Amino acid sequence: MSDPTTRPAAGSDWPGVRLHIVTGKGGTGKSTVAASLALALASHGKDVLLCEVEGRQGISRMFDVDPLPYEERRVATGLTHPHGNRLSPGSVYALHIDAEAALLEYLAMYYRLGRAGRLLDRFGVTEFATTIAPGVRDVLLTGKIYEAARRDGKKRSGRRYDAIVLDAPPTGRISQFLNVNTELAGLAKMGPIKSQADNIMTLFHSSRTVVHLVTVLEEMPVQETADGIAQLREHRLPVGGVVVNLVRPQDLDAGELTAARRGALDTDEVAADLRSAGIDVDDALVPALLSEARDHAERRKLEDAQRKLVGELDVPTYELPRLPTGVDLGALYELAAELKSQGLA
Amino acid sequence: MSAQRRPRPRVGPLASTGVSARPLDVDALLDDPGTGIIVCCGSGGVGKTTTSAALALRAAERGRKVVVLTIDPAKRLAQSMGIEELDNTPRPVAKVRATKGGSLDAMMLDMKRTFDEVVESGASPEKAQQILENPFYIALSSSFSGTQEYMAMEKLGQLHRQAQEDGSYDLIVVDTPPSRSALDFLDAPERLSSFLDGRFIRLLLAPARGPARLMTAGLGVITSALSKVLGAQFLRDMQTFVAALDTLFGGFRARAEKTFALLQADGTAFLVIAAPEPDALREAAYFVERLGEDRMPLAGLVVNRASPVPESALSADEAVAAAARLRKRDPDSLTAGLLRLHADRTRLVERESLLRQRFAAAHPEVPTVVVPALATDVHDLKGLRRIGELLGRV
Repeated sequence: MSDPTTRPAAGSDWPGVRLHIVTGKGGTGKSTVAASLALALASHGKDVLLCEVEGRQGISRMFDVDPLPYEERRVATGLTHPHGNRLSPGSVYALHIDAEAALLEYLAMYYRLGRAGRLLDRFGVTEFATTIAPGVRDVLLTGKIYEAARRDGKKRSGRRYDAIVLDAPPTGRISQFLNVNTELAGLAKMGPIKSQADNIMTLFHSSRTVVHLVTVLEEMPVQETADGIAQLREHRLPVGGVVVNLVRPQDLDAGELTAARRGALDTDEVAADLRSAGIDVDDALVPALLSEARDHAERRKLEDAQRKLVGELDVPTYELPRLPTGVDLGALYELAAELKSQGLA
Repeated sequence: MSAQRRPRPRVGPLASTGVSARPLDVDALLDDPGTGIIVCCGSGGVGKTTTSAALALRAAERGRKVVVLTIDPAKRLAQSMGIEELDNTPRPVAKVRATKGGSLDAMMLDMKRTFDEVVESGASPEKAQQILENPFYIALSSSFSGTQEYMAMEKLGQLHRQAQEDGSYDLIVVDTPPSRSALDFLDAPERLSSFLDGRFIRLLLAPARGPARLMTAGLGVITSALSKVLGAQFLRDMQTFVAALDTLFGGFRARAEKTFALLQADGTAFLVIAAPEPDALREAAYFVERLGEDRMPLAGLVVNRASPVPESALSADEAVAAAARLRKRDPDSLTAGLLRLHADRTRLVERESLLRQRFAAAHPEVPTVVVPALATDVHDLKGLRRIGELLGRV
């Protein structure tokens, strides 16, 4: 990283990291976090590549563009710096990686196969190779990321990115997915695929890579995150941060929450406040608000218990709010700004 | 989006917000002796496993002889059901209230074990051994992509045959693997059998079979290209594997077709599980359409984790405006906090209900039950019973 323009801005917890891998249990919003992280990383004049490997076209839906081909496409402008930084934001490019296309590209790139290359596809070999040997499939998917990560900016190597964000398979499968080496071990003991796998592992084990885990403050996802971190460490894969997503609003402080749980909030004071704010207070309104507050306080207490467990994981944590109106393109920028201010990007 | 409660008549998108789905009568489904299989499907993270377990427990306590096949239950839930051991056999669940003559067995799917059993039952001992030791078989049988779905189907077929032979069960509840796409479960057998029918597999087998002389010239080019990329040993292992599997092909395909037919039969009911989120409901919609195409019997939609309905009709906009006024005077105002919480809850519920109405508008024929989010995770029979009650109230 000798080029000064590629140095990360002060404040990022992950200087020197080029490849951010984002995983998480289903339903925790890992794709949303990956997309927001890409926008945040593209905020100071840098270009970022956001990749998906599960064939779901989630990126095209989030960014509201046509379904992505196996080709890098510009999908958005990065987050604008809030304090009028002179550097204009960079771009987010997106790539939908599909194993069969990656295999053909790989073959074309490294071998002059000529007639055989075309035959491979016609005889269904690509489908065969990517179905029967799941390890091969993962080598192909991660191999494309490796290729993008090692580009040096020379003309023929393709666009160079300052960072790559991978929307990876879920937590339960992440170690297996990244550990292509072991997965392949029994299958290909030598040959180019094997050495390709070795190269990929070198990148994944290096300080240029981190794996972030997305969770919500519920028991099962937090447990799965803890298990996921243990597995990653076991395989010497670099653990990044934990992004706690969909956090409930924090409008009440600790004392108020306790009082709400005990039913000890001052009914008369709340009624008086409501009237003074111009609300038409009927008999049902104050008890309804207090009962909602109690329910909220109960859930916050459970969240706090899980937050404590997340804290004990001993990795940096980041929190994103639950947005009541859902996540659209604008919301991705809001979340990106949040991640940036907390130092993930 | 704001809370629109003005009385003037509306046209356009907001005019349709009155659409709501027919309620799904879960108890009637569970009590119907004609219901022999219930398949719970949906995208990952929507609570499929919990819903399956809760349905199975409720059915058992209402008098059915039930077995539930779970895929990957949370540790504590598995412990409370006594199925944390992976031995691939249903075990009775203790403390089920069997006053109505029902019973509940549960098991957790062991994908590799199930696959091994398929091989062992279909090939001679020597051949089976040869397959089980092949590195391709090991990779295929322990990977998660596709195999798990196929093995869930296989296990369902086995349980069904067993139930018919000895009458041990009259209801099988199946959880489906935690894939991102709900469709994977239905596609798995087809993918496997079309894969086994694939041209390349037939080519690899061709030299042994004779009349494909013309093809073998092409094959030579391909195999030499493949050895270049993958290494020669890779190709040898692959050829051994394919040749060994060849003897099993017929059995594989016949079973996959049988299970598929079983899923289309009258005794089967599919429940599509979703969360009130756009992605989960989109997957649910795909699934509903796919079930229709494949003539598979859809019983209804279960929307889990619905946010609790606000207890006051005060609109979100009004609450936010009043909260802002209070905060101006007192930045720490408790009442402002209460109002903001109310607004958040109201907006969340409005959004969820709009998403459900959208689904209902597109799929009016699908009966639906909405299960509110519980404050805690479910990890014992008591929790499952509570979910069962929420599912059962019509």
